[in-house]
Amino acid sequence: MDELVLGGHRFTSRLVVGTGKYQDFPTMKSALLASGAEMVTVAVRRLDLTAKGEASMLHWIPKEMVLLPNTAGCYNAEDAVRTCRLARELQLGGENPLVKLEVLSDPKTLLPDAEETLKAAKQLVAEGFRVLPYTNDDPVAARKLEDAGCAAVMPLGAPIGSGLGLRNPYSLQMILDQAKVPVIVDAGVGTASDCALCMELGVSGLLVNTAISGARDPAGMARAMKLATEAGRVAFLSGRIPRKLYGSASSPMAGVIGAA
Amino acid sequence: MRATVNGETMELPEGLTVSALLQHLVVRAERVAVERNGAVVKRARHGEERLAPGDVLEIVTFVGGG
Repeated sequence: MDELVLGGHRFTSRLVVGTGKYQDFPTMKSALLASGAEMVTVAVRRLDLTAKGEASMLHWIPKEMVLLPNTAGCYNAEDAVRTCRLARELQLGGENPLVKLEVLSDPKTLLPDAEETLKAAKQLVAEGFRVLPYTNDDPVAARKLEDAGCAAVMPLGAPIGSGLGLRNPYSLQMILDQAKVPVIVDAGVGTASDCALCMELGVSGLLVNTAISGARDPAGMARAMKLATEAGRVAFLSGRIPRKLYGSASSPMAGVIGAA
Repeated sequence: MRATVNGETMELPEGLTVSALLQHLVVRAERVAVERNGAVVKRARHGEERLAPGDVLEIVTFVGGG
């Protein structure tokens, strides 16, 4: 069985999806189900004290899906660590201390702050969290995060929400060559072929939000990405042929009619 | 007493426990986490931990995110 083992969980699906920016909860739920995801990301935010009795988003997430709290919106290690501690408390007892660590540098690029991310990762690992850090597509940053004890590394394909796809497959290849933990491409995916491409290169999984929630038909795109992720994975496991500059005939040359 | 809850200064009854604060705010405790002056107050301690004037509290929950 081809499973993704991540922080003590075993997943058949290699597509992790976000729960942000959906038009409404029913649309979100149908997309989550269509994606086949077994883990979904959630954010930690102040409770709206004026909106009493409003339906919680959690009611719309299928019970069997593992929640992966993120630290989105944090711009320094201290806030990220505080957010993770609150997330652990929110997980009803903290049996599942899996967290997506995201420490950003500025609101325009939304690129990760490598220094603060590493600092937070070390602290969180020391506190027993299983840390999945969002990182630049920088093999050095990825190696440092792995050495710090992270359960995976999650390089970006392109900036969050940009939909630009995998901008630097060669950096990703270097990260894949050295990593002993799962590599998950987090951010940048725009459409299904981006999923297939990343999976064909050998990444362990993908994390997608905007490309699904922002699609005209979120459930349709979720299904397309599910299929592309599976297709890419099977292609990777099956081994692509080497690239050649010139043609190589598929049919035998012997027995062609009219030959001398 | 005055305390800050989710960034807003509030006038609260003296000596509230965290549980009583949540009741006062009509918040159901099962899916929130509470931080008091930068440290998480574990659910098991909500009934014991008493607030003090000037406390800074964060009451958070899960929302949609990527």
